[in-house]
Amino acid sequence: MAEAGLTSTDFERIEQSAAIQAITRPSLSYWQDAWIRLKDNRRALYSLYLIIALLMFTIAGPWVWRIDPGAQDVDQISQPPGTDRKATVVEPFVPWDGTTLIDTGTGLRLAQPATTQAVRIQWDPLTSTGTYRVYRNIFPLGEERAFGLPLAEVSGSDGLYFEDRLDLRPGTYHYAVVVLDEFGGPGERFETLEVELTRVITVYEALAKGLVASTNDIRIGDEVKLALHPFGTDYLGRDMLARLMAGAGVSLFIGIFAPFLYVLLGVVYGATAGFIGGRTDQGLMRFADFVVALPFLLFMILFKIVFGIGPGESGIMPMLLALVILAWPATARLVRGQILQIREEGYISACRLLGAKTTYLVVRHMIPNTMGVILVTLTFAVPSAIFTEAFLSFIGMGVAPPTPSWGSMCNEGLKTMLTYPHELVFPALFISITVLAFNLLGDGLRDALDARMRSRE
Amino acid sequence: MWRYTLKRLIQGVITVWFIATATFFAMHNVPGDPLANDKAVTEEIRANLEAKYGLDRPIGEQYAIYMKNLVRGDFGISFTQQNREVNDIIKEHFPISATLGILAVIFAALGGVLWGALTALYRNKLPDIIIMFLVILGISVPSFVFAGLGQLALVNLNDLLGQSILPVAGWGTVSHMLVPSLVLGLGTMAYLTRLMRSSMLEVISADYIRTAKAKGLPATRIFTRHQLRNAILPVITVLGPAIAAITTGGFVVEMVFAIPGLGRYFVQAVQQLDYTVIMGTTVFYGAFLVFMVIVVDLVYGLVDPRVRLE
Repeated sequence: MAEAGLTSTDFERIEQSAAIQAITRPSLSYWQDAWIRLKDNRRALYSLYLIIALLMFTIAGPWVWRIDPGAQDVDQISQPPGTDRKATVVEPFVPWDGTTLIDTGTGLRLAQPATTQAVRIQWDPLTSTGTYRVYRNIFPLGEERAFGLPLAEVSGSDGLYFEDRLDLRPGTYHYAVVVLDEFGGPGERFETLEVELTRVITVYEALAKGLVASTNDIRIGDEVKLALHPFGTDYLGRDMLARLMAGAGVSLFIGIFAPFLYVLLGVVYGATAGFIGGRTDQGLMRFADFVVALPFLLFMILFKIVFGIGPGESGIMPMLLALVILAWPATARLVRGQILQIREEGYISACRLLGAKTTYLVVRHMIPNTMGVILVTLTFAVPSAIFTEAFLSFIGMGVAPPTPSWGSMCNEGLKTMLTYPHELVFPALFISITVLAFNLLGDGLRDALDARMRSRE
Repeated sequence: MWRYTLKRLIQGVITVWFIATATFFAMHNVPGDPLANDKAVTEEIRANLEAKYGLDRPIGEQYAIYMKNLVRGDFGISFTQQNREVNDIIKEHFPISATLGILAVIFAALGGVLWGALTALYRNKLPDIIIMFLVILGISVPSFVFAGLGQLALVNLNDLLGQSILPVAGWGTVSHMLVPSLVLGLGTMAYLTRLMRSSMLEVISADYIRTAKAKGLPATRIFTRHQLRNAILPVITVLGPAIAAITTGGFVVEMVFAIPGLGRYFVQAVQQLDYTVIMGTTVFYGAFLVFMVIVVDLVYGLVDPRVRLE
């Protein structure tokens, strides 16, 4: 034995260390595993952050941005975000008789600098005896000779003047004075004038709007800044940011709460059908088939008018109710299928054999095993509910004005899409981002939670 | 096959009956007075009108009359336009909605299959990334925004060319139909593209494709005969619900593009509480959708031999 070089110490027992025997991966619960998968999915994770941010925007937003979504700022109507908010302080308005402040020039001219308080123009006679019509346009006079909005008719041979105070906004206006022909229509002779209006405000107005604390703070000729609207204002001068927040409240409330309710209803219904089985199952599922066959949007509208909107109500509850009544069967079918499948699994039989009660089976095995599918359904139900709300509000069957929702804001914004695109872009963007985030999160959750439905990307 | 068809048709009739009943009782609970209008109506006229519409009878009898008329295909007379039958209204406006819907379904199905197959073939390459980005856009942006943008694009296009090639609104010629139906089909197209992509990816890695390659079939033949034909099946199953979504989704497109379809008429009828028109339209649409789903299922049986055998 000595030739092999082995001694008796070579045959001593080596002590076992626990580390060598340990399984390399720590055991993970289903949810821990799902969370790890979800964290690896960048898109889903960012979507989750985005959804949390949106919820913060909805819930905490109105506490930070304390502007009433219904309050109108008539100085800034349909203002896009980032427009000039400066206003010059001027004396209160005094009527003009046309004789004072005459500027010695020729042709159509301004009698004093044009402001949003008043535009005062005067002109020399074009003919010996004539009647003139004054027009205002936001576009320069083109070949088709569209003068714009007729404001007044002025006649006389000397000291011709006109004072415009009609709905003046800062910007460029094109005035035209046209000699009327013998039939009273616009004739061949006319003069035009391009006018740049500056925004002005009186001391009293500035005080009333809370732009300055006291009269001592401002003098005539000073510049003040009008109220800030970071997302601009809508066609009634309401703050877009405040309305988007309030609208988010409505849209997300319906979008999250309604799916939660109808998925819950569907789970209870489907689980009952699947668990009881037999005739009851057949009957329950046949009824679900009928409800699925109802044309969804038509019945949404129908139910909405059945539940009615009383004066002063927003119409959120009728929509919620209609959604719950119509949308539950899809979840019910899915959950029933799952329950039927799980019922036949070996571990359920084993559990039964060991004497588990029905409640234990349902709570401990059935529900946790269907939870993943239910969660995925819920996530995908949210964007479709948001779409339904937006769609109904868009055709005027959703929430009643003045309650804002993203859908009704889009409806209002679409009418002025060409001139004030921001009124459509912001609510549409919010709907799209929300729907996108929930869709991507749903994809991520499906991949993380459900091994069978895992998409092959 | 025949037995299956018959069974589906009987089921369909029962479903339509359920829709009609649900509509009837829902409408009966609508608050408000259908005969209330601005004109002062005397007691006698009111009684006559109620008798004309059968509103003076008990609800059970009203339901029986309603059902009897429905079986004969008579939806009654409009409340707001009292000389007009609901049947006439449907006859006049439904073909327009149907044309729009069918065109949209064709756009959606063709586009979905084509783009879906393309993305699967070029998986994780540039065409896939671009198309899937557009698909996500199509799923996330509401249809009314597309409708508005479509109109804006038309205005700019006509402006650029200096002549009106595609009209911005209205109905009548083929040029009126193109853009609205494209807008209408866009959401469904995006959804079908996604579906087609995942189903195509599954088919591509199937054993029979490898076999086909191994026996030396040309790539185009594998694509058309083996991949496309098998991958298209899930798309056909969802086509039934897709048709439903498209036809009712037509409301918005009809509103934005000022198309005189039934959807726009329905919204109008709801605003004016025109009971018979609302009921007639709902039942008609419901029956149409049930029928379309049955047709799609039967077509599915024709396309997929495995279903026929069952």
